[in-house]
Amino acid sequence: MTTRIVELRRGILKKNDELAAGLRASYTAAGVLVLNLVSSPGTGKTAFLERTLKELKARGLRVAALVGDLETDNDARRLAASGAPVRQINTHGICHLDAEMIGKHLDGWEGVSLRGLDYLFIENVGNLVCPSSYDLGEKIRVALLSVTEGEDKPLKYPTLFNSADAAVITKMDIAEACSFDRELALKNINEIRPGIRIFETSAKTGAGMEEWLAYLAEARKGRG
Amino acid sequence: MHELSIVSSIVETVTETLAGLPDAQKGARVLEVRLRVGALASVIPESLEFCWGIASEGTPLEGSRLVVNLLTVVMHCESCGQDVELEGVQSFRCPRCGNPCSDMRQGRELEIDSIEIEDGEEKQ
Repeated sequence: MTTRIVELRRGILKKNDELAAGLRASYTAAGVLVLNLVSSPGTGKTAFLERTLKELKARGLRVAALVGDLETDNDARRLAASGAPVRQINTHGICHLDAEMIGKHLDGWEGVSLRGLDYLFIENVGNLVCPSSYDLGEKIRVALLSVTEGEDKPLKYPTLFNSADAAVITKMDIAEACSFDRELALKNINEIRPGIRIFETSAKTGAGMEEWLAYLAEARKGRG
Repeated sequence: MHELSIVSSIVETVTETLAGLPDAQKGARVLEVRLRVGALASVIPESLEFCWGIASEGTPLEGSRLVVNLLTVVMHCESCGQDVELEGVQSFRCPRCGNPCSDMRQGRELEIDSIEIEDGEEKQ
């Protein structure tokens, strides 16, 4: 039997990458800044986003959110309390959001068009591994880490932190009670993603939010 | 874990490639599929191999071998002015000068490199 080698040199996630490139072009054309929030379950993505949406709305900015979970629309209902349009994506067992899901949920989203938005937030499924492989066309990928999770999380999940554009430490209000070693956490994040912007926040007290909102404003101007 | 969806996507891509081959090779059996997987690709080779049998069943890829070529992380070090290979993924510093590096040149690959097929031109 003779055999033959056929070269493919093809990205396995090419289909997702192509869809994401299409989304990115439509975000740019519409002038909306899109952020993809990724963390473990329980880090406080929803609380952080809830506060962000409220603060941005209070400043007269047009915001919306897509929120991914395996099941339930609990997060969408929580976020909708901010007054911003929110749409739930149920992945039914899939551990991450992909570009196709985003495209489908942007289409036919009643009352929401990309052109009518300043910011679109995508809250990914709580998972520190799989979401890092799937580009959603976002401009900024935000990795979140709470003070309860351990300072070595960035070292344990280097891919996610390395592919992030910004890092947010959540629940700073209980840092002391958790014996959170702030210096070590910052060092570890920097070891994996040198020079990344890090925000130390509390959705409860509002600590760090001013800095985060200033960053969002800068990023929208293309200087973030 | 998203290895099953990744493996299914490999099967789909290879099947499409086979359909695009010259007629004589169209029905060729696939013997081997070779991947290039970066150390930061977020997939575990063992899990890919584990899913391979299930995902390839009933396709022209059934019975083929999946070969995963793991790639290390290569960064461009500004200070040294050259590409440097990292020993692991726990520190993104240049192993020569110790300065932090953020310009990645290799490490996130998740690609089908090539496939080996039976040559269908063989005469009976």
